Amino acid sequence: MRAVRSQTLLWVAQRASAAVLGACVVVHLATIIYAVRGGLSGAEILARTRGNGAWFAFYALFVLAVTVHAPIGMRAVLGEWLGWRGRARDAVLLAFAMLLGVMGMRAVFAVFA
Amino acid sequence: MSTLHVRIWRGGAQGAFREYEVPRHESQTVLDVVTHVQRQLDATLAYRYACRVGMCGSCAMTVNGRPRWTCRTHVDKVARAGRLEVAPLRNLPVIRDLVADMREFFDKWARAKGQFRGSATRTDDFARVSPASEQRRLADAAIECIGCAVCYAACDVVAWSPDYLGPAALNRAWTLVNDQRDTAQAQRLRAVAGDAGCHSCHTHMSCTDRCPKELSPTASIAGLKRATLKAALRDEL
Repeated sequence: MRAVRSQTLLWVAQRASAAVLGACVVVHLATIIYAVRGGLSGAEILARTRGNGAWFAFYALFVLAVTVHAPIGMRAVLGEWLGWRGRARDAVLLAFAMLLGVMGMRAVFAVFA
Repeated sequence: MSTLHVRIWRGGAQGAFREYEVPRHESQTVLDVVTHVQRQLDATLAYRYACRVGMCGSCAMTVNGRPRWTCRTHVDKVARAGRLEVAPLRNLPVIRDLVADMREFFDKWARAKGQFRGSATRTDDFARVSPASEQRRLADAAIECIGCAVCYAACDVVAWSPDYLGPAALNRAWTLVNDQRDTAQAQRLRAVAGDAGCHSCHTHMSCTDRCPKELSPTASIAGLKRATLKAALRDEL
């Protein structure tokens, strides 16, 4: 694939993931505020969340959006602030994306599976 | 008659400001001030201008920290407590004093495929482009650029990414993307996409805020983002 095409697709992936994140953050914050009104323990949270397929899917989507969005943003920050461009930067960011994905999904499995 | 205290950049990139006192006049422009210094106080001052009426795009400088066309910038509008600071444009190498090297700026127009490529010959009839058509309307909105580089000097992305084509070159490309006679559309979209092109724009809108012709390179760049995305999705980039 030509570099300009992949860079264009990275751009749209970041815009699309931002739109998903916008919705996810609102739902996430609203749920927290609603759920902790009367105080809440870790055991109570897990009792509600474990085995809940809908919330599992929601947070899996959240993690996917973060995994796509953050490294592409970091790509621009590293290029523009530190002047770091090229394949080494992209390789490091791919590893960063995988780390975010693994850590995020580990948390999703722990809470919702 | 009151006096204006003017600090003017002297020397190259490692130069310094020098102070001058210039008599204040009614309807005086910043270019008038610089011209007074060069003709009456210090003939070694280097600066660039041509038309003096806002058509040629030669006289842009940094005035009190902002890039402006000096021939149509009145001192009344920009002087603070009778003080002016005039420097060469940002984001371009300084040749001497107030003269910036414009080569990279115009080379980027060429890199953005800013030249019209037609297919008609002199034996063909005139192309008829309806003034009411959407494409013509979009091209008209961006066509009055005078190439002064004020937008280029105002753009932070140019400062951060030396390869970035910049607002003026991308604005020019957008006028040609909307020129239905042009035959180099695929190459042009390829030239303006990606990290060095429209996708690096942060939409800060400094270019649009500073453009003396009140154009919106930001809107042109947004148009290029849409056009290049369509081409990328069709695998035509």
